[in-house]
Amino acid sequence: MVLRLPIAHFFEGVCFGLFLSMSIVTVQLGQCGNQIGFEVFDALFNDSHCPRGLCSKKENEAYQASCKERFFSEEENGVPLARAVLVDMEPKVINQTLSKAARSGRWKYGQHSCFCQKQGSGNNWAYGHEESIMNLIRKEVEKCDSLSGFFIIMSMAGGTGSGLGAFVTQNLQDQYSSALKMNQIIWPYGTGEVIVQNYNSILTLSHLYRSSDALLVHENDAVHKICAKLMNIKQISFCDINQVLAHQLGSVFQPTYSGEGSFHYRRNPLGDLMENLVPHPEFKMLGVRNIPQMSENSLAYSTFTWAGLLKHLRQMLISNAKMEEGIDWQVRPPLSGLPPLGKMSVNREIHFNTSIANLVILRGKDAHSADVGAFKDPALYTSWLEPVHAFNVWKTQRAFRKYERSAALVSNSQSLVKPLDRIVGKAWNMFASRAYLHQYTKFGIEEEDFLDSFTLLEQVIASYCNL
Amino acid sequence: MTQSVVVQVGQCGNQIGCCFWDLALREHAAVNKKGIYDEAISSFFRNVDTRVVGDGGSISKGKICSLKARAVLIDMEEGVVNEILQGPLRDVFDSKQLITDISGSGNNWAVGHKVFGSLYQEKILEKLRKSAEHCDCLQCFFIIHSMGGGTGSGLGTFLLKVLEDEFPEVYRFVTSIYPSGEDDVITSPYNSILAMKELNEHADCVLPIDNQSLFDIISKIDVMVNSGKLGAAIKPKSLVTSSTGVFKKRQEKPFDAMNNIVANLLLNLTSSARFEGSLNMDLNEISMNLVPFPQLHYLVSSLTPLYTLADVNIPPRRLDQMFSDAFSKDHQLIRADPRHSLYLACALMVRGNVQISDLRRNIERLKPSLQFVSWNQEGWKTSLCSVPPVGHSHSLLALANNTCVKPTFVELKERFIRLYKKKAHLHHYLQIEGMEESCFSEAVSSLSALIQEYNQLDATKSMPVEDLPRLNVAV
Repeated sequence: MVLRLPIAHFFEGVCFGLFLSMSIVTVQLGQCGNQIGFEVFDALFNDSHCPRGLCSKKENEAYQASCKERFFSEEENGVPLARAVLVDMEPKVINQTLSKAARSGRWKYGQHSCFCQKQGSGNNWAYGHEESIMNLIRKEVEKCDSLSGFFIIMSMAGGTGSGLGAFVTQNLQDQYSSALKMNQIIWPYGTGEVIVQNYNSILTLSHLYRSSDALLVHENDAVHKICAKLMNIKQISFCDINQVLAHQLGSVFQPTYSGEGSFHYRRNPLGDLMENLVPHPEFKMLGVRNIPQMSENSLAYSTFTWAGLLKHLRQMLISNAKMEEGIDWQVRPPLSGLPPLGKMSVNREIHFNTSIANLVILRGKDAHSADVGAFKDPALYTSWLEPVHAFNVWKTQRAFRKYERSAALVSNSQSLVKPLDRIVGKAWNMFASRAYLHQYTKFGIEEEDFLDSFTLLEQVIASYCNL
Repeated sequence: MTQSVVVQVGQCGNQIGCCFWDLALREHAAVNKKGIYDEAISSFFRNVDTRVVGDGGSISKGKICSLKARAVLIDMEEGVVNEILQGPLRDVFDSKQLITDISGSGNNWAVGHKVFGSLYQEKILEKLRKSAEHCDCLQCFFIIHSMGGGTGSGLGTFLLKVLEDEFPEVYRFVTSIYPSGEDDVITSPYNSILAMKELNEHADCVLPIDNQSLFDIISKIDVMVNSGKLGAAIKPKSLVTSSTGVFKKRQEKPFDAMNNIVANLLLNLTSSARFEGSLNMDLNEISMNLVPFPQLHYLVSSLTPLYTLADVNIPPRRLDQMFSDAFSKDHQLIRADPRHSLYLACALMVRGNVQISDLRRNIERLKPSLQFVSWNQEGWKTSLCSVPPVGHSHSLLALANNTCVKPTFVELKERFIRLYKKKAHLHHYLQIEGMEESCFSEAVSSLSALIQEYNQLDATKSMPVEDLPRLNVAV
């Protein structure tokens, strides 16, 4: 793999106060991964081409260029090409995704960046292992001047995204050991989309835990509620859900300043994220919260202060709320100076969400003046990290999309333990009855593989509970 | 994208098959306006240049030249297949895809299975191999037959073993018409039980259907149509009930309307694999999600709205009503009451302008009144296909792996025993080479074992759902 520093750009960057960003290669897997991937690139592109962004023209251009370098390469005729590899076991979704992007006329996918077989994987985790995918990824990597790492978008419930996702991540680990890998995993609705989703989930998570650097989790149930309660959408479609998701991801991955008040945008998005949020390999599960989130109509009539936004965001974190409505304000951090309240139990209802690490990303007007002191409270964090190491904030003047002020919180905390525990519990019950196992053994996944997965995940649950 | 081959066996199988091909053509004609041979059509049809003599005429892309069904037609009498070949669909079938005989199986499973099986095995293999060669990626065989007769039942199930041996990777979906209580074929219990053993052992998925349920559904539609309140405006584009395209009185040809229901079932089953949608479901996902244990592969189906099949304009029911109807015993294609039995798994395949929130809302609404087995409390598999069936805005196909199939099997077994105890008509079977009494006793044991599985599951119905103790790990 080639990791060249863009020397020419370096000088150019110094002159304009601009360092070009390292690039991220996105791998979109399965129907879910491809549908979401399209929305993510679309959101990133549209945001970066927002006319003014509430900042100076020069800043805006720097932002645009940085975003472009991260996520797009350029074709001869100037149309940006997403730095992405599209993978699916059957052609319908990829074809749709390619044409949707091409139709927009603003950006598109590379025609030859797709891998597709003829037959779907049948929701069977064990299905589908191909070398050609790695070749496509290599081609995309070679187009990058400097590679930050890989962003793999996949669902956990199906067969292609989940099984193939685990396989691809393992291969990336083997072939690109110095590049970072972040997996964007979609957790299915609790009430089934796929009957064997819990099996697929535990197999996927356990394998990813070994080969991925960070797991950024989005739960369909949570995003669905955001659509219903905050966006006021009546008939929610997967497109709506994916757009909310894309918005959240965009608010994390768009360029941010690396220093106070300078034009230096951070160069290494994945590296910076991991450095801040994954201090220990046993704790890899990250969640995103975003505020404010609302329909564009309501946006025009709303104003927010940083104080208000941050106050809500903090309470969302500690009470484990996924959105700014229905927050439980009763939940309080344990009083500092006193011993912790006792180990977390997955059964207790009201629970204070302890964090390992948090990253707040502020975008918009007067971001530099926002006071994030409340996030530095040691009571929010587990005892084995100092808040100065556990908490980071990135502030950028340039606004995100139409939000005059917006804040994102990426956290490594206990908030995913309960959902994980539920999934493991249901999978365990099903496993005990031996239901559906013959479908997996047919393709080489044995009972021992299941047991290994259970063991690993019980360990993860216990580790998070003991924070 | 993958292809499927339909194998229609016997009189019933071929009549249903014929309806299916008619509807499939109409559906693709309605969806594919430009006449381009695309992947959706290729799932069931080949594109052939008829000017080229012989077999080399397949065209894989471009404009549609002449569509040929991916089908093999088998019947040991000539009547039905001949009628098809003289009817409006004659050009859709390749004359090389047929296997016919003259004498028929005499409603005798043994004749169909043993006599014609061995007689035609090579020919059958040859036709199947040919049809597979024409496929880029063959995923599934759809077998359509009845259980009560001789050819569909005997030869149809003989086929299964051939398919399993020759194409082990390809799914075998069987649509089986079970005999109703008042069946006019006396030996239908023998034929059905003997066929059941084969279905148990060699089918991946079986969709049992009975004539009585189909008839009841048609009667309900008739009542709705003739009640006079709604008027009888004929819908210009809806799926008509006879292959000549003319609206025929139901009293004249009830089987046509009944066959159409089954044909629609197959269309809807494959729609999410053929057409786009926000949550696709391929055919192999059906087996993967709905068959928790290899023997328990019988799926009760229900289609709503029913009036998909009528030619009249009935105002669209509310979307939620469609979901409720799918779980009512009046809409099942076999006499069964899934609501009061135990669900092992349930698939909801929606077509049309329906979004994930509609689906979720209805699952939440209906869940409390349904009983799912303890280890699969959220046993739902869902799919959303954007393309609705012709002439309607949306439709729902529900497939349930539910213990409510048990009564059908129990009744079948009882009817069998009543006959077998008296050794009635047994000699017709035993005189066939290869048939012995042990064939019967093995078949009954196979069915009894299956019934016992369902009994055991039913016994867990009222038990409280407990979470099992989890693994203990040291941290």
